[in-house]
Amino acid sequence: MLKRTIPMLLAMAAGIVMILAYFFPWLTPLQDQTTVWFNILAAVAFILGGGNLLKVHLKKVSDRREGWAYSMITLAAFVGVLVIGLFKLGVNPLDDFPAQRMAGDFRAEGSGFWYVYEYVFAPLTATIFSMLAFYVASAAFRAFRAKNFEAILLLSTAFVILLGRTAAGVFLTDFLPEEGMLANFRLENLTVWIMNNPVTAGNRAIMIGIALGTASVSLKILLGVDRSYLGGGD
Amino acid sequence: MACFSLTSVLLAAEEVAAAAETAESSGLLNMDRLPLLGVALFFIFAVVYWITVARSGGEIKVREIAGLKAIEEAVGRATEMGRSVLFVPGIQDVSEIQTIAGITVLSKVAKTAAEYDAKVEVPVARTLVMVTARETVQEAFLAAGRPDAYNEDLIYYVTDEQFGYVAYLSGMMVREKPAACIYMGCFYAESLILAETGNSIGAIQVAGTAMPAQLPFFVAACDYTLIGEEFYAASAYLSESPAELGSLKGQDLAKLLAFILIGAGALLATATQFVPSLQGAFDFFTGTLLG
Amino acid sequence: MYEFLRDLDRRVIFSLMALAVAVPILLQFTPPEKATPIVRDAFETIEALDEGDRVYMAFDFDPASAGELQPMATAFVRHACEKKLKIYFTALWPVGPQFIKNAERDVISRDFPDMVYGEDFVDLGFKTGNEGVIKLVSNDLRTQYPQDARGTPIDDIPMMESVASIRDFDVIMNVSAGYPGTKEWVQYAVASAPDDVKLVAGCTGVQAPLLYPYYPQQLSGLLAAIKGAAEYESLLLGKYGRENEPGIYQEGLRRMAPQLSGHILMVGLIFVGNLVYFMARKRGEA
Repeated sequence: MLKRTIPMLLAMAAGIVMILAYFFPWLTPLQDQTTVWFNILAAVAFILGGGNLLKVHLKKVSDRREGWAYSMITLAAFVGVLVIGLFKLGVNPLDDFPAQRMAGDFRAEGSGFWYVYEYVFAPLTATIFSMLAFYVASAAFRAFRAKNFEAILLLSTAFVILLGRTAAGVFLTDFLPEEGMLANFRLENLTVWIMNNPVTAGNRAIMIGIALGTASVSLKILLGVDRSYLGGGD
Repeated sequence: MACFSLTSVLLAAEEVAAAAETAESSGLLNMDRLPLLGVALFFIFAVVYWITVARSGGEIKVREIAGLKAIEEAVGRATEMGRSVLFVPGIQDVSEIQTIAGITVLSKVAKTAAEYDAKVEVPVARTLVMVTARETVQEAFLAAGRPDAYNEDLIYYVTDEQFGYVAYLSGMMVREKPAACIYMGCFYAESLILAETGNSIGAIQVAGTAMPAQLPFFVAACDYTLIGEEFYAASAYLSESPAELGSLKGQDLAKLLAFILIGAGALLATATQFVPSLQGAFDFFTGTLLG
Repeated sequence: MYEFLRDLDRRVIFSLMALAVAVPILLQFTPPEKATPIVRDAFETIEALDEGDRVYMAFDFDPASAGELQPMATAFVRHACEKKLKIYFTALWPVGPQFIKNAERDVISRDFPDMVYGEDFVDLGFKTGNEGVIKLVSNDLRTQYPQDARGTPIDDIPMMESVASIRDFDVIMNVSAGYPGTKEWVQYAVASAPDDVKLVAGCTGVQAPLLYPYYPQQLSGLLAAIKGAAEYESLLLGKYGRENEPGIYQEGLRRMAPQLSGHILMVGLIFVGNLVYFMARKRGEA
């Protein structure tokens, strides 16, 4: 009852309120309230996550399992940033309250948290993201093969977009006029046409399918047919 | 907690009452959204009708999904090689329907793994997903008759931070070399980084997502990819429950309605070019009927 | 040669890409840029506003995508400042506030020192809750943001007077790297009042095809990837000058050169890949 029925009823009630509020404006406050509840739960979940992180990595270190040194680094980083943020290390007090250092903004320039963000977090995440450039190149080298007519179409489109999204597109088709029928074949214009027409059409078709799939799964959850989010089973 | 909830409910009820008073002048129903309400009701009716038909024994035929067959093969291979299966349920919370669909697939993967005695590792990026995944995998092991083999420590939280999560997964894949990598859920820029890393270690890779922008990356780097609605259909297909399969049929009816509306709109728009007097009908169609 | 190309190590490809990106940066080459209609529409939407109009500036991205998105965030803020619009900064990503601070430091304090906090711009800060926040501010912004990021109650902030919901803003300017982002702003803010809410956005290249369907109905204009940022910068430079300041106002333009060489390398790699494929077919290996 506590593990299945009540959570299911809660999910059903919240979902139905969300849907009805879209059509019946007087239900909007109830919809807002439901959203606020989710936000509170999501915020509390941060604590649960931190606890699990500590447990998993402490266990790995204590068991001296392979790669435990990485866990040490994770734990040190987690605790370090937590202390810097919670105790507002290096934070300058506000002008209005010079004696109250804890009243200062922990994200303000020059604070400990700011240094961590600016010189550790930002470069690290940017590095991981920038790896995409390398992976895109190796995937393109391996996957783009003119195996059949559809693949040739895909390849040609890729060439147009790759060149059209840079100054090379303008340079290569500069001989074409800027106005009139032939202007449509300038690579930069062809790129916009491809993105606005075939790509949009294809995307819309996929998005309609996805939207219906999403609605269908949501409906199954509201009707209690799909209970996988409660651990599956009946 | 109970007191807090009760107060919140009372406050909300008070607000609803106040809003209802205001609504009396502006109408109880948002009339602009009436056509959409019609479409929603049609959709609900279609899904419920086919679920009822399926439950009462009506036959629902669903084509085979190659990617799902590959999952069993992947788990089998992992068992043979003595390596683990990595399951990534996306980077979004349980409020995202794709995550729920991914968890349903995880249930099947866990059941197969329990039968084969393979190890499934599920690092997650959201705490609530961890809780849900643990429940699901435990149920799956129980259903497979192997509750003793369930190890909750294999389903753990890494970080909410997108690229921190990716860095962890990439490192783990390179170090532990899982034999199979299954990505089912909501993915963003990390899709290609994960799939290419998996490709470089020679793992069998199966992906499923409803993020159109990430599909090309998965298609390029994975062995099988469940595209968009196929991913949602997978959960119904795997559950083998008549009710779930019936919902697919209802979904198809809604797709037919969308097809008819798009066709009618395109015809009307074209006809308006030749017969300007049809402009009024076209405006009604796009402005009022489609909102 | 055939064997070398067939078994080409991915590290060779990675090295080539590194060179293709590094060389143009070191040579400081900047190719010319011409605005496409979708970027021009975004620019014109802001141009059409009058002095004192309100813009809701939502920075929903993180440092990982800053390379692609920071130039458009800077360009949006600069444009709003040049037009003397009232700017309301917000963020739905925990790391978003840092970009608000960067905008204050690098654009407002440096080049528009006359702008007063609380009267011309305000930082409402980060709010957890993803699309839930968008839904709530669409109906009632004051409950969701009872105070600004500095802890000042919004009732004490002059420019917050008569701001009740998202409908009170003339344009939403959103820079987004994913979820929650432009799609959610379209689905929850624009959809809540399609006639009252205008949205212009900047997004990553990967997201762009997903957002094109919303243009021009739900999205008044879109800056797609660094190319979009470069085009917007070229329009800003054409209208408001500062060509002699190659710093932050031309970051997008500067990044188009590595993009050019990177794309050319990709075309070359695809060509070589196909060459290998056809050679393998001829040898009966494929």
